[in-house]
Amino acid sequence: MSDQAVSYSIETRDLDLWYGEFQALKRISLQIKGGIITSLIGPSGCGKTTLLRCFNRINERYGYVTTKGEIDILGQNIYAPGVSLIELRKSVGMVFQRPNPLPISVYENLVFGLRIHGERSSLRRSLLDDAVESALAEVGLWDDLKDRLDARATELQLEQQQKLCIARLLPLKPQVILMDEPCSALDIEGTRAIEELMFALKERYTIVIVTHNMSQARRASDECIFMLLGEVVEHDRTEQLFLVPRNPKTADYIEGRYG
Amino acid sequence: MFTATPHILRKQRTERLAHAMFAGMALSIVVPLVCIIAFLVVKAWPSLSLAFLIEPPRNMQTEGGIWPALIGTIYLVVVALFAAAPVGVLAAVYLNEYATDNWFTRLVNLAVINLAGVPSIVHALFGLGAFVLAAGLGQSVIAASLTLAVMTLPVVIASTREALVAVPRSFREACWNVGATRWQTIRAVVLPNAISGILTGVILQVSRTAGETAPILFTGAVMYKAVEKGDLLPYRLTESCMALATHLYNLATQINGAPESLQFATATVLLGAVLLVNSTAIALRVYLRSRKKW
Ligand SMILES: Nc1ncnc2c1ncn2[C@@H]1O[C@H](COP(=O)(O)OP(=O)(O)O)[C@@H](O)[C@H]1O
Ligand SMILES: [Mg+2]
Repeated sequence: MSDQAVSYSIETRDLDLWYGEFQALKRISLQIKGGIITSLIGPSGCGKTTLLRCFNRINERYGYVTTKGEIDILGQNIYAPGVSLIELRKSVGMVFQRPNPLPISVYENLVFGLRIHGERSSLRRSLLDDAVESALAEVGLWDDLKDRLDARATELQLEQQQKLCIARLLPLKPQVILMDEPCSALDIEGTRAIEELMFALKERYTIVIVTHNMSQARRASDECIFMLLGEVVEHDRTEQLFLVPRNPKTADYIEGRYG
Repeated sequence: MFTATPHILRKQRTERLAHAMFAGMALSIVVPLVCIIAFLVVKAWPSLSLAFLIEPPRNMQTEGGIWPALIGTIYLVVVALFAAAPVGVLAAVYLNEYATDNWFTRLVNLAVINLAGVPSIVHALFGLGAFVLAAGLGQSVIAASLTLAVMTLPVVIASTREALVAVPRSFREACWNVGATRWQTIRAVVLPNAISGILTGVILQVSRTAGETAPILFTGAVMYKAVEKGDLLPYRLTESCMALATHLYNLATQINGAPESLQFATATVLLGAVLLVNSTAIALRVYLRSRKKW
């Protein structure tokens, strides 16, 4: 790992990806910084979800996928032979469009990651309790849920479910949090709450958020990437991209001419 | 304003006709079942009693009950269940959770589809050749049960896959993305949420083989075995046994002098047993499903 490479959290070089015969990503070269929020916008089907799934190599679990090119996460090439997918996925967590807590208690959702990765003997109750409290506190749910840790997570309000889905990544000490349209199932209040949470988390984590909603990208991100048909069209500081887009296609999209 | 034109009236008539026709077809599925049951029960009435269930046949099987056949069928189905369930469920888990689309998966899928299309008499011959003769099990409960198990594997696999597919993809994604292996995902999330569907499905499918005649006729079911009234452990697995389906076949074609109601009573018990297991499994599934909230 050279020092220079570490300055970007996520770096891709000439990334191509095929689902069978269909090429979903074309020559993606990106440099995403840590400590800021990067948003990923583009019309439906342009490959935003696919790109996110590359960052923890989870694509390989979805049908048959061929990938070419390089991805460095925190300076480490994730296609290098010695890379453990388990360690990679602990460091790069994902939040989904529809909140998907597991149908078990709030508590068990939060310690799920620790349980599957830890030796049984190392999982003392006090350690788990601490992990639950600090994860919930970090996403601002501790006061609401501290008395309902045994409640089924699938019965919480949607906004709480989504925060819980973010919280359950935290005990694994991730470096990168990928969010795939995390607010699209939420109302205005829920959306605002998640955005505030992103602001609170952004200094400690690299956050990449896919969004359909251009005003959300504008409000909530520092840098913005515009994708079209599997290619990156433009990557710039968010206000720059929205005020003076360099590419006419970007201009068309943000003015709502297609999408 | 808003009055129907002749054109609209015509459309409404067609609509009523279509509705009636589809409802009639749906009803026609129920009618045969009700008729069969009513017919059987009426014909069987003189012979039906509790004693008929738990007593052995007497007097060259022209009198008495069907206990040896009833318990034999239970044996066959239960052993077949224990043979088919592990293989079928594990294969289905593999196909649904692990398999990618490659030649091996395609081969397995093709085998499953073709196995489902094999007529039961061919299964019978296969069982005779493979289990009775080649494996040296002889005509026995175990050979007959294994034959039934092979026969029922495709549907066991299909119903297990159905139960697995019903577990939302998003649960698996949640696990994968915290670094769970496939096996951890299966154990922690997939199986706990699918197990009720898997079990009821497997029981349902295997119990349907209770009615099979040919596969057990060649491999383990015999015309007569002496069994005490109500004896719960009359057969060893390496021994041949009586069974309801073959008993019915024998009553109808081989045994002279038995009253007609005896055949119908045997058929009623066979049908009743299958319906009982089916409806219990379905009720169990409905109950377990209603407790799930996704
Ligand atoms: N598992 C998959 N198998 C095959 N094609 C897929 C799969 N997932 C996505 N695609 C295709 O890849 C393209 C990009 O999809 P996706 O990344 O989901 O787009 P977005 O998130 O921008 O809407 C789409 O054309 C989609 O049909
Ligand atoms: Mg998407």
